[in-house]
Amino acid sequence: MVESRYIVEIEDLRKNYGSTRCWRGSHNSHGLALDGVTLNMARGKIIGLLGPNGSGKSTLLKSIAGLVKPSAGRVLVDGEPPSVRTKDKVAYLPEIDHLYSWMTVKEILDFMASFYSSWQQERAWELLEFMNLQGEKKVRNLSKGMRARLKLVISLARNVPLVLLDEPLSGIDPPSRARILESLVFQYREGDQTIVLSTHEVTEAETIFEDVIFLHEGKVKLYDSAENLRARHGCSIQDLWEEVYG
Amino acid sequence: MQLNFDLRKPIYLQIVDEFKRSIARGELKPGDKIPSQRELAQKVKVNPNTVQKAYQEMERIKLVETLRGQGTFIRKDESVLKNIRDEMAREALRTFLQEMKALGFVPQDILALVETEVARQEL
Repeated sequence: MVESRYIVEIEDLRKNYGSTRCWRGSHNSHGLALDGVTLNMARGKIIGLLGPNGSGKSTLLKSIAGLVKPSAGRVLVDGEPPSVRTKDKVAYLPEIDHLYSWMTVKEILDFMASFYSSWQQERAWELLEFMNLQGEKKVRNLSKGMRARLKLVISLARNVPLVLLDEPLSGIDPPSRARILESLVFQYREGDQTIVLSTHEVTEAETIFEDVIFLHEGKVKLYDSAENLRARHGCSIQDLWEEVYG
Repeated sequence: MQLNFDLRKPIYLQIVDEFKRSIARGELKPGDKIPSQRELAQKVKVNPNTVQKAYQEMERIKLVETLRGQGTFIRKDESVLKNIRDEMAREALRTFLQEMKALGFVPQDILALVETEVARQEL
């Protein structure tokens, strides 16, 4: 099989969570979380998935991770539909706290090492040091910012072609936000991994993105390289955000 | 190199401009080694592919050369250095003239004012 240029290919993706269920109060007028999304994501890029709460960012990432079943349309990860097989190719960082609080940081790393064949223990310790995390600390004793850093270490320590980060910067202290963004540059390896990061805090992150996707009410409003957008519109990604959602 | 990017303009061009300025000011000299793309990306917290684009542009305009396994260097070509200084001087003049014209000065007045000001500052 010929390897596609794209790690993710999405065609007319729709997701309806059902009209009886109120999903975080953020339905758009049609009751659809995703309303016909078509896009491809190239390999080796850091992509910003931007949009306010309820625009469909989380649902889109979950669809790619295979955690949400599309109502219609098609998702391909590395050329195949999300399945047990593609889970070996995707690292997904959920918005929620998912780590066992009674484990130490080191125990978490060992646990992950036994869980994922793609795990790189050396890489994990390197990232841990970069994040100023201590191995002997218990997860429950970490601050929110430190837990966010640990979640990121776990996502980046796997040698996978696709990393999905759902709101990794949300609600944490500025130094941790800065460190998390720096770690993305730190761990970047020549063109073989795509990182998709969803956020509604653009300013700090915008120099890190190569491409940006603006989602609006379950649709792709804008998708281009950040540098093209700056050149064409003569404004920052943050300025564009205000134009699109303001 | 400490960079404060203007996020309304392409970042890779601002990186190129910063190297040009460093060369024009003499902080970087022909033959000097510049940071690797990876080092620079980490230092200025910019997407590594954006830094790569800046380095490709600097190679294209023959500002730097990358030697396999050794790194990236300012080219040992004095004409390049002179071109950059000339280019930056023209850029400064262009900005200056634009502002003077916007203030309603005609070329003759501008020349006279420049002469007076240069003489005054030399006193």
